[in-house]
Amino acid sequence: MSAPITIRPDETFTLNVGPQHPATHGVLRVKMEMDGEYIVNAETVIGYIHRMHEKMGELKTYPQFLMNLSRMDYLGALGYSHGHVLLIEKAAGIEVPERAEYIRAITVELNRIASHLFWFGAFVMDLGGFSPLMYALQDREYILDMLEAITGSRLTYSYYRFGGLYNDVDDDFIDAARRFIPRMRASLKKYHRLVTGNIIFMKRLEGIAPLTPEIIRKYGATSAVARGSGINFDVRKNEPYSVYPEFDFDVPVYHECDSLARYMVRMAEMEQSLRIIEQGLDKLPGGPIMPEKKKPIKIAPGDYYQAVETARGSFGIRLVSDGGKTPYRLKLRSPTYSNMHLFDESCRGMLIMDALAFMGSLDLVIPEIDR
Amino acid sequence: MSLTLLNVIIAVVIAIAFAALNAAYLVWAERRGAARIQRRPGPNINGPFGLFQPPLDGVKLMAKQLLIPGDVDKILFMVAPVLAMAPAITSFVTIPFSDHIVGHNMHIGILLVFAFASMGGMALLLAGWSSRNKYSVMSSVRAVSQAIAYEIPMLITVITIVMITGTTDLMGIVKSQAGGFWHWNIFPFKAGVFNPLMLLSFLVFFISSLAETNRAPFDLGEAESELVAGFHTEYGSMGFGLFFMGEYANIVIGASLTTILFLGGWDCPFGLFPGVWWFLLKIYLLIATFIWIRWTFPRTTIYGLLNLSWKILIPFSLFNLLLTAGLLKVF
Amino acid sequence: MNGVMERDYNVHGYHLDAQVSPAQLLDAVAIIDDAGFFIESITGVDWIKEDQLEVIYDFSRYDFDLCRVVIRTRVPRSKPVVPTITGMYAGANWHERETHDFFGIKFEGHPNLIPLLLPEDADFHPLLKDFKA
Repeated sequence: MSAPITIRPDETFTLNVGPQHPATHGVLRVKMEMDGEYIVNAETVIGYIHRMHEKMGELKTYPQFLMNLSRMDYLGALGYSHGHVLLIEKAAGIEVPERAEYIRAITVELNRIASHLFWFGAFVMDLGGFSPLMYALQDREYILDMLEAITGSRLTYSYYRFGGLYNDVDDDFIDAARRFIPRMRASLKKYHRLVTGNIIFMKRLEGIAPLTPEIIRKYGATSAVARGSGINFDVRKNEPYSVYPEFDFDVPVYHECDSLARYMVRMAEMEQSLRIIEQGLDKLPGGPIMPEKKKPIKIAPGDYYQAVETARGSFGIRLVSDGGKTPYRLKLRSPTYSNMHLFDESCRGMLIMDALAFMGSLDLVIPEIDR
Repeated sequence: MSLTLLNVIIAVVIAIAFAALNAAYLVWAERRGAARIQRRPGPNINGPFGLFQPPLDGVKLMAKQLLIPGDVDKILFMVAPVLAMAPAITSFVTIPFSDHIVGHNMHIGILLVFAFASMGGMALLLAGWSSRNKYSVMSSVRAVSQAIAYEIPMLITVITIVMITGTTDLMGIVKSQAGGFWHWNIFPFKAGVFNPLMLLSFLVFFISSLAETNRAPFDLGEAESELVAGFHTEYGSMGFGLFFMGEYANIVIGASLTTILFLGGWDCPFGLFPGVWWFLLKIYLLIATFIWIRWTFPRTTIYGLLNLSWKILIPFSLFNLLLTAGLLKVF
Repeated sequence: MNGVMERDYNVHGYHLDAQVSPAQLLDAVAIIDDAGFFIESITGVDWIKEDQLEVIYDFSRYDFDLCRVVIRTRVPRSKPVVPTITGMYAGANWHERETHDFFGIKFEGHPNLIPLLLPEDADFHPLLKDFKA
């Protein structure tokens, strides 16, 4: 835009970007006060898919809760399971065989690519380009087929157990993953040619919705939202866990703070995930996938915290235990919750189409916000 | 006397039938084209290559309940789709397909087509306003400002062509380009008038027709992911069907006008066998490009759209007009 | 027992544990804010046997100088009132609304303490230990 526009706050109408809307990825309601096409005020209303996972955490035993994690963020479910099992293993002192840790890292990265592919397709579709969604979903099908062969599910995986995994990977999986990596690299080049270089696309995203590092710190946003504003924060590097210190990968950081920077960060993240998968497949050790003796889960009273980097940011899980069979309190810190929160404050004065593009660049999955 | 009247009536009916058939089967072509681009089959179950899909869709749309929401302005609500569809199909009457295939040729054919196109813009406004729905109003506001902004470069380009050819009669315009592609209006060398900007003029006209017909990348009026379905959110069944058909009829008219004004109408590229098949070939190539563009590019923003028209296309077409006028005067 | 304690990161997952009284809360958070931490989450725990509600604040850093800080404060169950930190961290807005939803803790000075995840007219607090569905 070339000229500054004055917004007249007393000539506004309320537009309900309602719970049912093609652009909100899930049931999310944003009450927008608009002056023509400009947003004067926005208020996000969540809770339409609140299922109270934290209460279930108190009522279910530790193994029973394993299923709940993938229902939170269904697109990147393995990252959440990973955080949960790491926490319980840390608190109960369970040793994990190395092979299980490598397989966990490989599958989490595959899941991350699948989640980013879906985000990419949905984001470009929100902007009006309908075709890249189909290409992205086809690439994602390869990943889902691979993961289905070893875990049994396409989307809501319950693959990890306390101490390791329940099913080992076979040669078919390794071959399929090795074949997938060059194919995905070629696809990424294609996406960059088709979408990133397109001038209409660039004009839709460049300079839109700038987020300063200060506002990101105040809201605690992570993942591409923070990395697109120059904050070099990735839990896998800042607070290493599991077997990630063994891998050599970069964390893409862009400094322009706009929606295009967040888009570029996620596209670069897919490339880095491919590197991790390659190295993981090369270094995959033999051995068992579960410890020989099954220890009962006894957690000393106290509180424990574990953070992992999922596709959407830093997922934190806090366990307050009183020594019993079920947790005393289980808190799930959802990354999209903090990312979404800054939408209300930042979208003032934007055009509605820019605000919806901004929402797309935040990569929202509403069931994760509502838990 | 009565024979001429009968001729006219038959010609008009055939023109309208051609438009309607095109509108119906362009949907099929668009769905197959989109599917090809997206690496999936597209409609292929109903009939060979899915060719029975449009009539079956038409039957489905007609059989659905014609739901009119309680709060709307009933008369305007029902008039709007008719107003979207009728002018588009009626303008077909003056478009010449070949030397002797035309509904009813008029000396001011071009003016008639544009007059009817402006009525289409009014239909958008009526549809959005009568729906009593904030999304629809927002989208028709966008669509009307877009329609106004893009009519202007189109008309200025048309004036340039009319100045070169000296007639507003569509048949006359085509006849003046007869004899091979070096006589077509798109090329710079024409009857001694050397105007290097005509190719860009063609692009201006092409882009403006994309915008006038609300096709992506300029489909802000129907921006599905933002405004649910834009100005036709509240329309179901046949109302929606009429809007749809009106849009495709507009596309065919846009392609026909581009062909007539710039690409020589029914003229063969090497001047050998002019005929209606060249005309049809050209308009279907243009329509295939429309479809290709729609499924490749994302949507522009509203200010990007309006900037493109007011700041780039209009100054350029005005410059072209003055340049042509100057060249005509000099040579 | 108010005070600051260091914790074993490899067992508990965080570095510093600070127990403060509600009156000291704003000063403690101001120190954290000045040091450049970001707010990770705010939650509550219902210690029904001790008749207290605890509010837990999680903070962490973006740079490689990793330090996870947990600030806790306890209030009696009968009168759970804690000052709000939305003045310093705007992101505390939703976290505090959620804690109020689940435990009934009132955050004094909060601009908009209405239910966030529960329905607008909810008057129950599900995560209390004596909550019967």
